[in-house]
Amino acid sequence: MSILPPHRLDLAGHRRRNGVVPWVVYQDEDGRDRLIAAVEAADLRGRGGAGFPTAVKLRAARSKRSIVVANGCEGDPLSHKDVALLALSPHLVLDGLQLAAHAVGATETVLCVHTGSSALPSVAAALAEREDRVPVRVVEVPRRYVASEETALVRYLTSGDARPLGKHPRPAERGVRGRPTLVSNVETLAQLASVVLLGPNHYRASRTELVTVTGAVRRPGVVEVAAGTSPAGVLAAAGGEAEPVQAVLAGGAWTADLTGGWSGIATVYALPARACGLEYTAKVLAFLAAESARQCGPCTFGLPSIAADFAELVHGGPATARLARRLPLLTGRGACTHPDGAARLAASALQVFEADVRAHQAGGRCRIPAGVA
Amino acid sequence: MKVTVDPIGCRAHGLCADLLPELVRLDEWGYPVVAPGPVPAELVAEARRAAAACPALALKLRKDERR
Ligand code: SF4
Ligand code: SF4
Repeated sequence: MSILPPHRLDLAGHRRRNGVVPWVVYQDEDGRDRLIAAVEAADLRGRGGAGFPTAVKLRAARSKRSIVVANGCEGDPLSHKDVALLALSPHLVLDGLQLAAHAVGATETVLCVHTGSSALPSVAAALAEREDRVPVRVVEVPRRYVASEETALVRYLTSGDARPLGKHPRPAERGVRGRPTLVSNVETLAQLASVVLLGPNHYRASRTELVTVTGAVRRPGVVEVAAGTSPAGVLAAAGGEAEPVQAVLAGGAWTADLTGGWSGIATVYALPARACGLEYTAKVLAFLAAESARQCGPCTFGLPSIAADFAELVHGGPATARLARRLPLLTGRGACTHPDGAARLAASALQVFEADVRAHQAGGRCRIPAGVA
Repeated sequence: MKVTVDPIGCRAHGLCADLLPELVRLDEWGYPVVAPGPVPAELVAEARRAAAACPALALKLRKDERR
């Protein structure tokens, strides 16, 4: 069963295609245990980026007064899969949200999307068609990169401040308004519904993932591929290369090896062979620096510094020694993983585009400016 | 015991690096970088003093292994 249909499914269409959640199976005393056991047997992992086992998260948030937050905010400009899913298959997400609410014993659920999200009409129409056991509130969250981070959502729903909260305590212990809170990406919830509709064994055998593909491919957009599909296979699913590709930015890091099997990645950008990876990376780093919530020093000062280092590399400057010193200093030192992601991106660029760094230092630039694709 | 820094609370006063140079150094922006691993027994009292002296109450001495 694929989770992304070609056209939007209303409730009747969703039930015809995907089936009806067998609530009776999970109704009695042990029903919640069996539901979480099924999620565990399916080895379902979060699709919001971290890849954390969903069953562990469900167990941690179990209580009689918890809240489930469905995260449909996509701060990453390279990602559109969650909005596409809400626009085309809102009922699969809502089924998953209700199942998650049942599993943790929630009395309240919130579906978060970015302010003015194009998925809003689809979500509103879907909610009007359903009679859910646990009420669903739709909340629009400011369109900022780190606002979709899990503790930032919790903080926003509690106080209206959309900045990350830091590591203590985890939302499962004390989340929205102090209640145990499960924050789950909307694709993860759709996957959860698939686990229940297909059964864990069938699900595991036919597992798919949504990937947003941009850059030098014939049909950029959201594709659904079997988990473990190689980068080359992902590009093929997007119509294949529109022109020769030298490397892909996948899940926030560069790789030039398009053949290996991988899993858990949500975004792929295909860099054309004629474009410059250093320039593209410098642009992304400048974006990430501007998106810092400016609460933590290493993020507030470190990200602009490495963005400037990359701008210098592009112009042939000798920033590599400074980067070698700075990059390890950014990891694990923010309240959220925003600086870690920027450091990983920068480190992967230095590796994959090592020859280009030398070319820039030897004389101007290597190729034509990036971003033409 | 472990020394941790609350990254949101820390205001780069730098006092911790003065009081506990064995475990804390400052990065180029003035924010503390803490040596990994447990606090050696002979430094626990000093670490406690440094934590108490942090004007932002961002430096902490924790029993557990969590960050
Ligand atoms: S690490 Fe950066 S984005 Fe994350 S909370 Fe700190 S300042 Fe904000
Ligand atoms: S003394 Fe406190 S505020 Fe100052 S640098 Fe150290 S941890 Fe940060």
